[in-house]
Amino acid sequence: MADDYKGYKDEALAVLMKYEAMVWCDVVVSTAQTNFIGIILPRSETSDHLHIVLKLRSGYNVGILADKVTDIKIEGRKEAIYKIPEKEFPYDPVKPNVKLLGTGGTIASRLDYRTGAVIPAFTPGELYGSVPELADICNLDTEKLYGVFSENMGPEQWKGTALAIGKAIESGVAGIVVGHGTDTMHHTAAILSFMVQNSPVPIVMVGSQRSSDRPSSDAALNLMYSVKTAAESDIAEVLVCMFGPTSDEYGLLHRGTRVRKMHSSYRSTFRTIGDIPVAMVSRKEITPLRQDYKRRRSDKNVIINTAFEEKVGIVYYYPNMKPDVIDSLIDNGYRGIVIAGTGLGHVNKPLYPALQRAKEKNIAVYMTVQTLWGYVQMYVYDTGRDMMELGVVPTANMLPEVAYVKLGWALGQTDDMEEVKRIMLTPINGEITEREPSNGYLIYQGGIPEVEEFISKHRK
Amino acid sequence: MNDFVFKPFDEMTDDDYQQVGFMSGLEIHQQLLTEKKLFCRCPAGMYNQKFDAEILRHMRPTLSELGEYDGTALMEFKTKKDIIYHINRDTVCTYEMDDTPPFEINEQALDIALEIALLYQSATTDEIHIARKQYLDGSIPTGFQRTAIVSIGGKIPYKDRMIDIIQLSIEEDSCREVSDVGHRRVYIADRLGMPLLETVTAPDMKTPVEVAEVGKILSNIVKSTGKVRTGAGAAREDVNVSVTGGTRIEIKGVPSLKRIPLLTYNEAMRQWNLLRLREELKKREITTEIFRSKSDHVTRLLRKTTYTPIAAALQEEKVVGSVILRGFKGLLNWQTQTETYFSKEISDRVRVVACLTTLPNIIHSDSTSETISIAEWQKVKKAIGATDKDTVVIVWGNSMDVDTAMKEIAIRAKEATLGVPSETRQALKDGTTGFERILPGPERMYPDTDLPPKRIPDERIAKIKSQLPEYYWERVKWYKKLGVPQDCIEPLAISKLALLFKKAVKEFGVNPKLVAVVLIQLPKRLKKMQVEFESIEENVFEGLLRAYKEGLVAKEGILPALYDAVKYGVFDLDNLPPPIEDKDIKGFVENSLTEIRVKTLRDEDNFEAVYKGIVMNKVRGRIDGTVVSKAVIKYVKEIK
Ligand SMILES: [Zn+2]
Repeated sequence: MADDYKGYKDEALAVLMKYEAMVWCDVVVSTAQTNFIGIILPRSETSDHLHIVLKLRSGYNVGILADKVTDIKIEGRKEAIYKIPEKEFPYDPVKPNVKLLGTGGTIASRLDYRTGAVIPAFTPGELYGSVPELADICNLDTEKLYGVFSENMGPEQWKGTALAIGKAIESGVAGIVVGHGTDTMHHTAAILSFMVQNSPVPIVMVGSQRSSDRPSSDAALNLMYSVKTAAESDIAEVLVCMFGPTSDEYGLLHRGTRVRKMHSSYRSTFRTIGDIPVAMVSRKEITPLRQDYKRRRSDKNVIINTAFEEKVGIVYYYPNMKPDVIDSLIDNGYRGIVIAGTGLGHVNKPLYPALQRAKEKNIAVYMTVQTLWGYVQMYVYDTGRDMMELGVVPTANMLPEVAYVKLGWALGQTDDMEEVKRIMLTPINGEITEREPSNGYLIYQGGIPEVEEFISKHRK
Repeated sequence: MNDFVFKPFDEMTDDDYQQVGFMSGLEIHQQLLTEKKLFCRCPAGMYNQKFDAEILRHMRPTLSELGEYDGTALMEFKTKKDIIYHINRDTVCTYEMDDTPPFEINEQALDIALEIALLYQSATTDEIHIARKQYLDGSIPTGFQRTAIVSIGGKIPYKDRMIDIIQLSIEEDSCREVSDVGHRRVYIADRLGMPLLETVTAPDMKTPVEVAEVGKILSNIVKSTGKVRTGAGAAREDVNVSVTGGTRIEIKGVPSLKRIPLLTYNEAMRQWNLLRLREELKKREITTEIFRSKSDHVTRLLRKTTYTPIAAALQEEKVVGSVILRGFKGLLNWQTQTETYFSKEISDRVRVVACLTTLPNIIHSDSTSETISIAEWQKVKKAIGATDKDTVVIVWGNSMDVDTAMKEIAIRAKEATLGVPSETRQALKDGTTGFERILPGPERMYPDTDLPPKRIPDERIAKIKSQLPEYYWERVKWYKKLGVPQDCIEPLAISKLALLFKKAVKEFGVNPKLVAVVLIQLPKRLKKMQVEFESIEENVFEGLLRAYKEGLVAKEGILPALYDAVKYGVFDLDNLPPPIEDKDIKGFVENSLTEIRVKTLRDEDNFEAVYKGIVMNKVRGRIDGTVVSKAVIKYVKEIK
């Protein structure tokens, strides 16, 4: 019954019930002015209770004010049943086996044309139906771990994903692809870099920035790039594989510990910060941009360590911040705090007593920079030196989000603050680098003649 | 089906069109006059060929409801085009390039759309739902156009009947195509995202001329609001045409109403002749089920040909393919449109689908013009097993494109057994239509998940209704009564200056004939004086008409003031030359006497004319020339 009038409430529901016009009925709705011919669609939960939505013959939807309806004639019923076409993913013994783990991002999908809902394609058959090119690259096996939005990924899912990766490596696959929503992909990439170490094969995270139901989506290409990387590349690291430029030209493979989402909607949103990406990937080839990456091996000696302490927070410093912000974390039992400080890693003096308290309570406090690029260098100014006295540990050029997941991971392993410090400051895979190359910081300023000249010559 | 045969365009009568069951409807796309675009805040109407950056995209079909690819989608995917966008930083932001979700709909555009809907007596929608309409040709970088129904139904008067309006929708304009050669299509994105209003009429027009006439009425109605763009490309028509037994075919993007009659005539003829072709095939016992064709590679057989297009292709290591169409002998010469034959239907498909864009792209054995030699034709026919009853089509190009082309040739030939394939067609300069793409179905429409539905409260409609302009035909009646010059009536009635006209006549009390001349004729006269300008600001006109009424400027002073305003951008009401009253002209005439006296005239008969000239130079724009003339004549008589 509830489903018969799906989503309709109050006024609109009353009118529909009066004429027994249920969702999916093919109807003629009359108002004093005109007749609307079409199919009654379910009403979205977030919409008001005043309108009835009709899909007209032309394919357009319109909302009709229920109050104005003078009659509804039911002509038939056309319930939509959606199924993604499944075609068996071809098996080729010569091709490498790739495992695709799903966490919730819709890298491939088909659209429910009437309601606009996106139905994710996920099984090998479904993926083959929507991106048949994948079969030219590998044999694909998929496993759906979670179905959550990117922002709902957390320690539980991180651990589960790490364990699933371990199992897949054990089974002898040539590479692993992890489908993920893009918002927190860099958090997951960082934690997987710590939880899964010494992987013999590539672990490639991928998603889509512009939804996969649109013809110009980056989804299909990202999927092809990532599967190709997993199947063929010799880079045995946790990587993020997303568009390089906004054009359909190539993808970039970013090291999981140095990557960050930098634009809320651009296709080319992921950038390596303070360094250069590991490689470029196109339909044809994978082109390394550096040589210091971990190589593919034939053993299965992966180390999985899924320790994680959840009582860790990030504090983004702002002028005039009051100590009560830090105090409340202390009082709520937090065991670790990552501060994103200004400049070289600073906060104001009024915070010092709170930091002192944290030290006394054996709470780990680590400093990163909100400039994202550059190193924490607290010894340069007195304020920095004072804070180091208070036990605040600089994390060199570790990104704030990376420091956050790493601190959770370190505190999950030990209570010993010295040991935590050793773990934090010993780079596992590039989260701290000894030097920042001169091309590690490049934010070109639009409008300047030489930049404009560059842009005019290369596709954006 | 009756055995009517199309006559030349000029000889076709209304009865003839009735015989073939001619039916036509219009979809008019009209740019709205807004400051900004529809879903972002970029400026609208700034066109610029210059670009700062280039973006490359590919369009990938998304699966339809039934898990099938839409026909158009499949075709566009077969073509595998690189789509290049030229973008200018002043006119395009990250939204148009689909790197940012849409901003809320432009309210100014929506108000204009609702106003026009009310003029059509169309029922406005209570809640607007933005839809995405798929376009895989790349003309919109997202791969879909955002569009929404503004109103349903409506009607306009035509002759002694009403023409039904089906619906109005507001949508984003697409990119302008720069070029489309081989596998590369280039667009410029400045126009992209500008608000457009699409008006769809029922197929109520029964002859080609009626289509154009109804188009004119629709265009006049929207123009009369003064809130739409005018000029090249501001309004584009899609015309639907069908004949009895045919298929509804859409001719896309007709840039001018004048071209509609010939285009719809040719399209009706094409459909009629394709139906006759189907009959002929039936006679030859070729139906969809028993249609047969055969494709072969014949590169080696034509190695030594002297036929330039193929010889040149072979030099570039390209390949040649052939397709036998069994039992089709002579049919590629079957007439479809004026001086256009069935072979063109095939060539068009090869051009669009296989991207073989250099013409000629096919030759065929029915052809009477010189192609490959007779000996080569025989060699090919023998090798591939073609008989005298068959037609052979030959195509050349890159190996992959030739494979696509061979399949497409067979597909189009087979469709001849069905009649008129569903497709959209382009308007060609010679008045015929050419294949554009397969007609997309309603399954290409789906809701836009980026924008919530938008409620249109009754109060908003009521407010717009209270300010609706009168219909232009009512203005025409009034102007006639006022004695407005004939050539000014229609232009003024559909001009945005119609409101100023009313104000000048009713409020300022200026003579209507003069107002009409100032608003409509003077700008034309300025154009003839080689002054370059887009349009004259309404406040310039208003200021002048008011000044005239207050006696601050003479009738004759208006044109020079407009000239200065458009030529030098100077418009200063306080510095207009003061008018000279008739009684004061005598003084100017007398004062000029010494000047004419010192001149030596070659012909004394010119004395009066030269004298007039001298006086006019002093008083130009300040008094009626005939008054000057009379005064000079009178004075000359006096002094003689
Ligand atoms: Zn914009």
